[in-house]
Amino acid sequence: MSDITKLTIHETLAALKNKDFSASELTRAYLSNMEKSKHLNAYITECGEYALEQAQESDDNYLHGNNRKLEGIPLGIKDLFCTKNIRTTAASHILDNFIPPYESTVTSNLLNDGAIFLGKLNLDEFAMGGSNETSYFGPVINPWSKNVELVPGGSSGGSAAAVAAHLCAGATGTDTGGSIRQPAAFCGCTGIKPTYGRCSRYGIVAFASSLDQAGPIAQDVRDCAILLQSMAGFDNKDSTSCDIAVPDYEKFIGKDISGLKIGIPKEYRSEDLNEDVNKYWQMSVELLQKRGAVIKEVSLPHTKYALPTYYVLAPAEASSNLARYDGIRYGYRGEGEHLDNLYINTRTTGFGKEVKRRIMIGTYVLSAGYYDAYYLKAQKMRRLIYNDFMDAFKDCDLILTPTSPITAFPIGDAHMLSNPINMYLNDIYTVSVNLAGLPALSLPIGLAQNGLPLGMQLIGKPFAEGTIFQAASALEEDAHFERI
Amino acid sequence: MAIDNEMVRKIAFLSRLKIEDNKLEDAKDEFNKIFKWIEELNEIDTSNVSPMASANDVSLKLREDAVTDGNYKDEILKNAPSAEYDYFAVPKVVE
Repeated sequence: MSDITKLTIHETLAALKNKDFSASELTRAYLSNMEKSKHLNAYITECGEYALEQAQESDDNYLHGNNRKLEGIPLGIKDLFCTKNIRTTAASHILDNFIPPYESTVTSNLLNDGAIFLGKLNLDEFAMGGSNETSYFGPVINPWSKNVELVPGGSSGGSAAAVAAHLCAGATGTDTGGSIRQPAAFCGCTGIKPTYGRCSRYGIVAFASSLDQAGPIAQDVRDCAILLQSMAGFDNKDSTSCDIAVPDYEKFIGKDISGLKIGIPKEYRSEDLNEDVNKYWQMSVELLQKRGAVIKEVSLPHTKYALPTYYVLAPAEASSNLARYDGIRYGYRGEGEHLDNLYINTRTTGFGKEVKRRIMIGTYVLSAGYYDAYYLKAQKMRRLIYNDFMDAFKDCDLILTPTSPITAFPIGDAHMLSNPINMYLNDIYTVSVNLAGLPALSLPIGLAQNGLPLGMQLIGKPFAEGTIFQAASALEEDAHFERI
Repeated sequence: MAIDNEMVRKIAFLSRLKIEDNKLEDAKDEFNKIFKWIEELNEIDTSNVSPMASANDVSLKLREDAVTDGNYKDEILKNAPSAEYDYFAVPKVVE
């Protein structure tokens, strides 16, 4: 057998059932890849021993025919999901010694389905960033890098890099403004952010609670469908999770797309659109058309305001969520002879630069005298952005856009670091989806002239993840993207 | 609405963060740049728009008012930077 870590999850499940190899052999193969790829810095915490114990249990289950849906599949978990008795850091100094006494609902669902956890994956600190450079544990290197070390995107940069480099069969991610889709695009992986409320947020370190959603990053569309199937579902512990049955997502893979109406938002076609991005966008339109999909131009008139709206709302929610890190009950504690300077020293040393910047933006927009001008204004803009999508979806079933305006850039890029807004602008095609709470998937579509992967994004109506998988699997089959 | 050094200092304190005096000027410039960008939102009249707090309109579920969790004090205190007599310990707060 050739390299078993290069198989997709669906191929691996078939092979495990067929006893081509055992879950223990498979887990050891991934652990060995992890050992050889330490320089990528994809994992913050590895838990090989725990993984091998779980693999033994999976092997027993296969032997006795008690195998569950994901039995023996080794996964990487973004280090934003609380995992019982396994350190969970959010890539922050302030949580670098935190060992949760409980398991997040999403990871608990995966464990109940027989998945194996290899370790905790690197990310931007508290998921705030688009390049994985804000991690307290250092940047992750994109496995597509050649001469220059490139970023994997962010915030789920460790997840995307680990999937691309075969350091896990699939990974969990979270997406507040593009944090699953953009790194998936930068690393040539597939990732889906489901509808807000589809996955429980219980046990996920909170960034911006009205925008955060969990989702998978994997090698292909079918793997994403399989993983989301396990991760999704109603949870009593998250009052914003939706009590709507999870359909069988895999059934949508390969389903005929003729007659499906695909919207192309005219506001996304700016004049300075990158030549490669434009070429692959056009190619995707033609491929879908050839399969009988109907292409329609749609309008999302408030597109230009999505980013400034997001950069009011997300920091506002973050400033409130991160108020809990005070050095009293868990995490890092700074020195201080009285309470206020204990708080200040804890937070000033414990948080990194980007996190502090966003806490301060959020504190300002929520403070007395500025609330109406910024926070309330942004909430009203959010309504307009949401209405744009609802109007567009009167004429189409899905919306097709690029995932990111650029390919992966070098670590420490001077332009990106010179002004925080330059980095924020990379989320231009992804943030509005979070504001509207919609599901969206990114899949690799081809290589730009610089040899790096580009992603296409399919946006669906609320809870129409199945339709997204349907169209994405068709596009994937026709695009013939070659993974590493 | 330009932000001055005094305002930066005030926001920092409300955030329980410290900015060194020699970094105030840079922080102020950065905030002004970001807020100038954010103020593009004022191009749109939103006087008749209702604010949107969340993307899902589900009404909150009710559940029985019963204890479903708890009783693991030791596990929780394990993560405390300082714990004494089964409590979180903090610097003296009353004179």
